[in-house]
Amino acid sequence: MAGATTLRLNTAGSFGQTRFEARAATRETPLVKWLSLGTALTFFAVFLLMPLIAVFVEALRKGWETYLTALIDPDALSALRLTLLAAAIALPLNLVFGVCAAWAIAKFEFRGKHFLITLIDLPFSVSPVIAGLVYVLLFGAQGWFGPWLAEHDVKIIFAVPGIVLATVFVTFPFIARELIPLMQAQGKEEEEAAVVLGASGLQTFWYVTLPNVKWGLLYGVILTNARAMGEFGAVSVVSGHIRGETNTLPLHVEILYNEYQFAAAFAVASLLALLALVTLGIKTWIEHRAAHAHQDLHEGQS
Amino acid sequence: MSIQVRNIHKRFGSFVALDDVSLDFPTGELVALLGPSGCGKTTLLRVIAGLESADAGQVLLDGEDASGTHVRDRQVGFVFQHYALFRHMSVFDNVAFGLRMKPRAQRPSEKQIAEKVHALLDLVQLDWLADRFPAQLSGGQRQRIALARALAVEPRVLLLDEPFGALDAKVRKELRRWLRKLHDELHVTSIFVTHDQEEALEVADRVVLMNQGAVEQIGTPEEVYRRPATPFVYGFLGAVNLFHGRVDGEGLRVGDARLPRQAGSFGEGAEVLAFARPHELDIVVDADAGASEGIAARVSRVLAFGITARVELDGVNGAHGQHFEVEITRERVERLGLAEGQAVRLLPSHLSLFESRQAATTAGAAR
Repeated sequence: MAGATTLRLNTAGSFGQTRFEARAATRETPLVKWLSLGTALTFFAVFLLMPLIAVFVEALRKGWETYLTALIDPDALSALRLTLLAAAIALPLNLVFGVCAAWAIAKFEFRGKHFLITLIDLPFSVSPVIAGLVYVLLFGAQGWFGPWLAEHDVKIIFAVPGIVLATVFVTFPFIARELIPLMQAQGKEEEEAAVVLGASGLQTFWYVTLPNVKWGLLYGVILTNARAMGEFGAVSVVSGHIRGETNTLPLHVEILYNEYQFAAAFAVASLLALLALVTLGIKTWIEHRAAHAHQDLHEGQS
Repeated sequence: MSIQVRNIHKRFGSFVALDDVSLDFPTGELVALLGPSGCGKTTLLRVIAGLESADAGQVLLDGEDASGTHVRDRQVGFVFQHYALFRHMSVFDNVAFGLRMKPRAQRPSEKQIAEKVHALLDLVQLDWLADRFPAQLSGGQRQRIALARALAVEPRVLLLDEPFGALDAKVRKELRRWLRKLHDELHVTSIFVTHDQEEALEVADRVVLMNQGAVEQIGTPEEVYRRPATPFVYGFLGAVNLFHGRVDGEGLRVGDARLPRQAGSFGEGAEVLAFARPHELDIVVDADAGASEGIAARVSRVLAFGITARVELDGVNGAHGQHFEVEITRERVERLGLAEGQAVRLLPSHLSLFESRQAATTAGAAR
């Protein structure tokens, strides 16, 4: 996941690419071209396309009726609700944190800055299961805060708050990671110009900083959302798998599968796959728009 | 509005950017801060603007201490080297920005803003670009828009940080003439930072020369060019030839060579630095010199395309490894019949002498 988080602006290189292709001196033999293309396409078909198709084929194997029944099953609906709730809470939290962290890191110099940057990456480098376990150790019945929480009748582990916490943890870096390089590349001259012109801090942020990073920010939000809805490991540890209460969609898929209800499992999985496809579609559109904005930026600079 | 800075100190870590700088900028003047990169000129400009805070010292705007005043309340116009235009806004919105950010009570109506913006765009002769975005403009156009944007809020002072540094030579020349004209119309107290001595001498009313965080000399372009106060200024303003020598009776001894004595109150045996501009040196061919006066050199290149010819020479004997540049008329080159590799002697018509104590700090700057 970590590798996919930088907004890529591919269009800039396309012109050089064609020129590179057209010249005999730099052109590879057709064999090399078709071999590499063939390898890539084969892998793409086997490892990406086939599973995706399989999900939908398996889901519809027993007909539309079974498919719909599996989806409107109360447990499935409850899982969907919980998944959307977790995403709906994790997203704004990460939005606020990501923008603050990126702003602080890109625009100010302070002690421990590099440490903070490294720390932001922690959820990427640590296994989600460990993240879940940490929360169990902290808030579980035998955990550090367990007795205190029990005393005040607050349930975190094996309840919705735990799921939200775990989701927030694993999606932590997406927005910050997206914005930091973008903001660093843009520097602070425009902000300085705004302040000299009399803008307040809030005005500067709202009229100058935010519009400059809006595509990156949206991209980060999309990635965060995809991860929040699809997270399995961390959530699995803290959830307790209580049907209709603490099951998210991915967990629900696992339960159904373990109970040999394959058609139902794939039906719910197809719902997740659809969400993923929509996310991908939006992501592609944003990349397109961002690349467009990027191109505008470099037009007429010669 | 007048600007004064008093005893400004500024360090970045162990690097001293400004070392006890005190300056007066009178109302309505266009002053150039000139110096090599890293001399502290941009830092000084940013301290005056309030974008950087000094470790010690005061900035007085119109006689009032501005140290506690926030940047946004200082009413300064700042023009950045790389324009810093808001890239997602049209040219019109860029220029209107400062007016739109004013508190509601002071904010003009949109109609007034539009009038003002168009007037400013007229002033910088770019009204036809109002709907474009910064990315669609050339560098010169962008910088003029940046200037219009800075002027929109009617700043009391205008600060320009290497405004033409990112432009190519031809546009730069055009824009600096234009800036001078604009200043003559507006008479806003202006300070601009540059490392280009030609730019500073051509545009400014006064030039402040800075080196290593300190002020070396202040004066009109004429003064600093004709009468450099320090070896650094001599070396920085225009091409120069440098000789290390010692006062020796009625003459000056440079290596093995002897030069006629110049005016100056240096004691017998004093170590001195002697500077001569390329046009202050003459070339004599050994045969007609007669005496042994002059510095031995060898012609390495003769460049004669203009009215004057430039002759590049390498030092020989005592001045081995040194290079000299001489400017003489083309006729003189022809009369002397200079050819590459020829051994000649250099005789200065005028030498500026400085005590050699400062030699260490200036050797790098003298070109």
